[in-house]
Amino acid sequence: MYAQSPAAPPPASTAPPAQDEFVPISELPADEKLPAAPLLIAAYAVVWIVLAVYVWTLWKRFLRAEQDLKQLAGRLPPAR
Amino acid sequence: MLPGDHRPMLQRSFVFMLLTGFALVTAAPLLIAAAPYESTMGLIQKIFYFHVPSWIAMFTAITVCGVASVRYLATRSRSADRLAVSAAELTVVFGLIGLLTGPLWGRKAWGHYWQWDAKLTTALVLWLIFVSYNLLRRFGGPGSERLAAGVALFGMANVPFVYWSAHIWRTVHPKTSVVMTLGPGMRPAFYWSAFGFLLIFGALLGARTRLEALRASIDEAYLSAEDI
Repeated sequence: MYAQSPAAPPPASTAPPAQDEFVPISELPADEKLPAAPLLIAAYAVVWIVLAVYVWTLWKRFLRAEQDLKQLAGRLPPAR
Repeated sequence: MLPGDHRPMLQRSFVFMLLTGFALVTAAPLLIAAAPYESTMGLIQKIFYFHVPSWIAMFTAITVCGVASVRYLATRSRSADRLAVSAAELTVVFGLIGLLTGPLWGRKAWGHYWQWDAKLTTALVLWLIFVSYNLLRRFGGPGSERLAAGVALFGMANVPFVYWSAHIWRTVHPKTSVVMTLGPGMRPAFYWSAFGFLLIFGALLGARTRLEALRASIDEAYLSAEDI
C-alpha cells in the first residue's frame, strides 16, 4: 500500500482556455472565418458544368447514331 | 419508317432544351440575388436555390423510372423500358448535382463537407442504386432489362426513407418542411429555379428517350438489312 501524496498542481497547458459562451460570427478572428461567396459560385458552377457535360455526351451519342444511319442507308437497296 | 424520320423532332427537342437552359442561366441568379438573406446562414444559404431543385428533379426522375419499370414488368412495353433507362440516367445526373452542391453548403454551415448522418448517407445510397442501374444496363447484356427494372423499384422504394430521414432520425441536415415555410421574399427565386430544373429535366428526358428510340430503330433496320 502506497502513501497518498499531496495533490500535485495541474500541468501547465498550452491550449487556449475553454470557451463556454456564444461568440457572434462577426467577432470571430479573421483566420476562422470562411468566405461564403467562393462556395456559392462553386455550387453554381457545378450545376452548369454537370449539365453541360451531360448535354455534350448526349449530343455526341446523337452524332454517332446519325453516322450509323448513314452507313445503314448505304447498305439498303435503293427505293423504287 | 426509316430512323432518319426522327431527326426534325430531335432538333426541336434540343432547341427547346437550350432555350430553357438559357432562360435559367440568365434569370435565376438575378432572382436569387434579390432574395433576402437567411437570418443565421447568410449568403451561403443561397445554394439552397440550386441544391433543393436538383433533388426535386432527381425524385421526379426516380418516379418516372419506377413507374415506367412497373409498366415494363407488367406489359414488356419497349417504350416503357426506353423511358425507364432515360430517367435512370437523369437520376444520376441530377443526383450528382445535389451531392456536390450539398457539401459546399455544409462546409460553411456545419464546418464539414460531409457527415455520415442518416439524411446524407441514405441520399448517397439512393444515388448509388441508380448508378448500379445504369451499369447494369450498360454491361448486363441481354435480359438485363428485367433485372434493372427490379433495381429501379428497389430505388423508388428508398425515396420515402431519404425524404423522411431528417424527420425520423437526428441529423445535421435541415428538415424538408423548410421548403413549405420559406419567407415570401424567397419564394419567387425558389419556384423559378425549381421550374427551370424541371423544364431542363423534361427536355433532357425527351431528347434521351428519342435517342433510345432512334438506336432501337437503327438496330431493327440493321437486322432487316441483313435479311435482304
